[in-house]
Amino acid sequence: MDAPEEPLPPVIYTMENKPIVTCAGDQNLFTSIYPTLSQQLPREPMEWRRSYGRAPKMIHLESNFVQFKEELLPKEGNKALLTFPFLHIYWTECCDTEVYKATVKDDLTKWQNVLKAHSSVDWLIVVVENDAKKKNKTNILPRTSIVDKIRNDFCNKQSDRCVVLSDPLKDSSRTQESWNAFLTKLRTSLLMSFTKNLGRFEDDMRTLREKRTEPGWSFCDYFMVQEELAFVFEMLQQFEDALVQYDELDALFSQYVVNFGAGDGANWLTFFCQPVKSWDGLVLRKPIDMEKRELIQRQEATVLDLRSYLFSRQCTLLLFLQRPWEVAQRALELLHSCVQELKLLEVSVPPGALDCWVFLSCLEVLQRIEGCCDRAQIDSNIAHTVGLWSYATEKLKSLGYLCGLVSEKGPNSEDLNRIVDLLAGLGAERPETANTAQSPYKKLREALSSVEAFEKHYLDLSHAAIEMHTSIGRTRSARLVGKDLAEFYMRKKSPEKAEIYLQGALKNYLAEGWALPITHTRKQLAECQKHLGQTENYLQTSSLLASDHHVTEEERKHFCQEILSFASRQTDSPGHKIVLPLHCFAQLRDLHFTPSNAVVHVGGVLSVDITMCSQMPVPVHVEQIAINVHFSIEKNNYRKTAEWLTKHKTSNGIINFPTETSPCPASQNNLPALELYEMFERSPSDNSLNTTGIICKNAHMLLRRQESSASLETPSGVALEGGAHVLKCNDVTLQPGANRLMFRTQAKEPGTYTLRQLCVSVGPVRFVLPHLYPLVQYDVYSQEPQLRVEPLADSLLAGIPQKVKFTVTTGHYTVKNGDSLQLSNAEAMLILCHAENRAVIYSNTREKASDVLLRVQSSDKVTSISLPAAPAYHMIEFELEVLSLPSAPVTGGESSMLGATEPRGKPKDTRKAGRCMATTDHKVSIDCPWSIYSTVIALTFSLPFRTTHSLLSAGTRKYIQVCVQNLSELDFQLSDGNLVDPGSADLQLVPLNAKSPQHTHSKQSVFFVWELKWAREPPPSLHCQFSVGFSPASEGQLSIPLKPYTYEFQVENFFTLYNVRAEILPPSGTEHCRTGSLCSLEVSITRLSGLLEVDKDEALSESDEYFSTKLMYEVVDNSSNWAVCGKSSGVISMPVVAQATHRVHMEVMPLFAGYLPLPDVRLFKYLPHHSAHSSQLDADSWIENDSLSVDKHVDDQLDSSSIKSRGSVHSASSSEHKGLPMPRLQALPAGQVFNSSMGTQVLVIPSKDDHVLEVSVT
Amino acid sequence: MAVCVAVIAKENYPLYIRSIPTENELKFHYMVHTSLDVVDEKISAMGKALVDQRELYLGLLYPTEDYKVYGYVTNSKVKFVMVVDSSNTALRDNEIRSMFRKLHNSYTDVMCNPFYNPGDRIQSSRAFDSMVTSMMIQVC
Repeated sequence: MDAPEEPLPPVIYTMENKPIVTCAGDQNLFTSIYPTLSQQLPREPMEWRRSYGRAPKMIHLESNFVQFKEELLPKEGNKALLTFPFLHIYWTECCDTEVYKATVKDDLTKWQNVLKAHSSVDWLIVVVENDAKKKNKTNILPRTSIVDKIRNDFCNKQSDRCVVLSDPLKDSSRTQESWNAFLTKLRTSLLMSFTKNLGRFEDDMRTLREKRTEPGWSFCDYFMVQEELAFVFEMLQQFEDALVQYDELDALFSQYVVNFGAGDGANWLTFFCQPVKSWDGLVLRKPIDMEKRELIQRQEATVLDLRSYLFSRQCTLLLFLQRPWEVAQRALELLHSCVQELKLLEVSVPPGALDCWVFLSCLEVLQRIEGCCDRAQIDSNIAHTVGLWSYATEKLKSLGYLCGLVSEKGPNSEDLNRIVDLLAGLGAERPETANTAQSPYKKLREALSSVEAFEKHYLDLSHAAIEMHTSIGRTRSARLVGKDLAEFYMRKKSPEKAEIYLQGALKNYLAEGWALPITHTRKQLAECQKHLGQTENYLQTSSLLASDHHVTEEERKHFCQEILSFASRQTDSPGHKIVLPLHCFAQLRDLHFTPSNAVVHVGGVLSVDITMCSQMPVPVHVEQIAINVHFSIEKNNYRKTAEWLTKHKTSNGIINFPTETSPCPASQNNLPALELYEMFERSPSDNSLNTTGIICKNAHMLLRRQESSASLETPSGVALEGGAHVLKCNDVTLQPGANRLMFRTQAKEPGTYTLRQLCVSVGPVRFVLPHLYPLVQYDVYSQEPQLRVEPLADSLLAGIPQKVKFTVTTGHYTVKNGDSLQLSNAEAMLILCHAENRAVIYSNTREKASDVLLRVQSSDKVTSISLPAAPAYHMIEFELEVLSLPSAPVTGGESSMLGATEPRGKPKDTRKAGRCMATTDHKVSIDCPWSIYSTVIALTFSLPFRTTHSLLSAGTRKYIQVCVQNLSELDFQLSDGNLVDPGSADLQLVPLNAKSPQHTHSKQSVFFVWELKWAREPPPSLHCQFSVGFSPASEGQLSIPLKPYTYEFQVENFFTLYNVRAEILPPSGTEHCRTGSLCSLEVSITRLSGLLEVDKDEALSESDEYFSTKLMYEVVDNSSNWAVCGKSSGVISMPVVAQATHRVHMEVMPLFAGYLPLPDVRLFKYLPHHSAHSSQLDADSWIENDSLSVDKHVDDQLDSSSIKSRGSVHSASSSEHKGLPMPRLQALPAGQVFNSSMGTQVLVIPSKDDHVLEVSVT
Repeated sequence: MAVCVAVIAKENYPLYIRSIPTENELKFHYMVHTSLDVVDEKISAMGKALVDQRELYLGLLYPTEDYKVYGYVTNSKVKFVMVVDSSNTALRDNEIRSMFRKLHNSYTDVMCNPFYNPGDRIQSSRAFDSMVTSMMIQVC
């Protein structure tokens, strides 16, 4: 470092600047200490606390120590900071009071006075002590005295201004300690001085800035002042702060320019608005560009000069701060804003000059950055620099275009003049780059020198830019540069090189659906392809452009004409076909079949209507439009057809093609939608689910490899399908917009036809749609003739005429006149022949073709129906009336079962049978003319009625009731109900019914009652036959008389033998029965007749012409109203004599109060065990079977009209001892016992002492 | 203010793009399309942080000599790109932000229209159109 003796250079504008510290006093002493001092001072950082709330910083201090001179002290008003001495130090080694008094004190005083004169307060006095010196002199004072003296003399209040440094050159701990204290003191003092002096400077600077609105204010002056501050910060290694100063200046200047643009021009700004004469670009290789700085200082700088200088300083500082990428970013901003500022300030710039400046600056910045970074760093930060690269490329391109370097012929004289002017503005190359081969200056000069050199440099730059964009994934930017390059190649008449860039760009735009760029690029591509002579590609691009709505009408016509003229030119040379995709020429909108279900029989005519939207701007004459059809034979032809019929009825036969979102859907939208279906796989054995999943039915479409080649633009190599089946349409003129095309075909072979490929021929040009999507198919079928017979209603009713529909589907058979259907009659079914039967013939599409009279001839065996003549694939429909005889085969067993009236018997059975009608089937065999086999048809008829009967008694009088239930949905009229017993003549059946016809609604019943009267002894059984006439109530007169409905049944044991009478009497002396008190039950059983045929069984016993029979009675109260006290049953011997009466007395107790029904009294026939011939068998079964089976046994023996009792058998059987031969009980048939007290009730009043009232709520 | 306003779908095709009629429309299409590079870059660079902070404004995408291109991305990755004349120095970041917010609101309204299919081009929304017009009208 500088020795103190050296003269101080006036201003040092290098980075070697350090804050200045002056040294006075003993120079030799300082010289000896200096090396240690300069080494130790920056070793430890010191915290610098700062004003205005700025964050404190750790700072390593360094200083430039110079010898104290009075000239160094700044004069009043001098604002220079760099040359400002921040601290003054006085060094002394004095340890002798005498010496001190003699010389040192005076010297110090003088020094202090100079400082005071300049109002400098930052000083320090250092007293160095040396042990060696002390030893030499004996009469020395203690060390402290000198220091004290100095403190006393000079530092009246600030004793710390005097510092002691002991043995500085020794290596002892004391020395170390003393050094540390001294250094800390020194650093603190320096920082205090910085704070104070910089603060004062900043204040002054701010004051100056506030004056900027005053007229005489100059930006350049202010610039110099603030830059001074920046220099100091830079000197203190505070680059961040230094950068802030420049940024502030930058912003201030920008604001002025903006204000200028807004009309608020400052005077000083006019200096900057001088015309630009030099455009030599940024200079970043020197830390400070002194030339430019001087220009600013002299107020002669242009905007470009100022900007260049400012940026070079910012660049330097940013590079110190290790932020090269910010340099690149700021550079781009700067270049852009400079261009804007020049425009705003209306500075006159020669054309191209700015381009040169920007180009040079870009390259300068890039080279500067490259100079301070390694390759890897640069590669990973391309994103920051690529902007500059492409900007430079752009500028070079515009220079090339400006100077005629891109044209085929090269620059003309005017261009050459311009080049010379531009080169002149560059000036001479700067010395610092003179030796660099690739300096921006040399590059530009060379590029402008010749067409070839320009091309080389331009291609270099372009490729570099493309490569960089691509490497960081900015494909769109790369494409844009590529397009510029393509334009360049087109200008240079080398379309073969341009094509790849255009294709690439177009592919990118297509993929992302940007219509305008697509159109523009296509136009360029069309030109390129035309030059290259790629006929197919050119025609395709032309067709795309002709259909593009973003192109002007004239251009569309032009491109359309290109295709048409090509087509007409090439007609003479057949064979060569140009295949182009259809979608750019025309689009299918919809397709419509006639017949609309797209199913046609063999020989039928099918027409296909297609709406095709021509995209061409003019009408185009088309020689032929052909649709290739793929034919496949379906195995199950008919079923397929039926399926189609149902499936297509709704869609109305119109198939809409998805409109391609013209002209360019995003690539993702091109894919068809996922078609997902659920899939279940069940095990064949037990139908349990094995696997389930989802199937994508169109995976082959979705997973198709995305063509990496640009298939959208190049002909996709569609092979023209040739096939036997083609739908054709010749000589059509397609108008712009929608056109309707009709194709007709006659169906030949049965099978499925799939429309595959559509091809439009214009001369040798074929526009081909390779696949029609969605799938379009039509089916041709051949059908066997068929006869169907079905009832008109849901079910046929027996007994009344019913309509049956005959449908003859002719299929491929043609019905001739004279063809007839031969029906072999079933016995119980009549076919009613009316005078007029009409048949309707329908065409295949259910359209009515004709209506003809039908002839039906009936013999007793065969009914013959003559069919009307009908062509193939038609339908003949007619209706016939049939009548099934109503009651002929009423299945006997079933009916009697249903007929049994069993109040408690088997409710299940009756309920089950209650709703459904009995049915009968009739089979008819029909011979059809088209077949040698007969068709057998079964018709099922339902009986509309169900009939039940019951026997009713009143004492000895008997009644028969017949119930007819209408089960059908129809209403019927019933008349002439009649009941006869053909067997016995002495029996009389007196009807109690209304004579008029009875109306029975659906699900209603009608009851008929007859009284049974007899003169002599009645027979044990009756055989009855019930018949009733019926007719549907709704219809008027029927054409044929209907057979009455009949029902037969038997009634047995209907004569009443016993009358049972029960009576409950209150206890004697009371008026009413009371709960809990015993009452007497009197039962009297009276024989009503003498000996009858029915009485002759095992129970009858005879003695002296006197017959008696054994009966068992039983009193049961099922409702638990009564408690029977004592024996509730008993066997009595009943004399078989009329009016013989047996009385039984019993005690019963009412359990409840109220009107109580009497307990039941039941009678059974008591059959002794020994007398039966079947007793052994019965006894066996009795033993083996449990009581329930006994029940059954009893049931079986009962006939249909008898009432049986279950409970009594139980009690009787359970009381018997099993295993012994036992007497049998047989319930008396219901008709034989009449209970004359049935339904009577007895009033029971509650007992008085009954405090508990039991209420049961059920 | 703005010289071109564009709404770009998640798949990078334009849903809406309008520029001032006096200028060459094509130029703006190219510019907006190219700016998607930077949008993509910014989105992938911000990644999760973007989602978390709900900062939809992408800032200046890239400056060119004559124009500044600003970007904004919605949560559903629909991008808004606005091109502003460079000479229009009065426009600060905050104004751009509020313009984007207005655009976003208006776009949300379009999406709320039950007759609008998400992903379709915005063609028949008068409200959106007039909003964009109001953003472009204040030029010069």
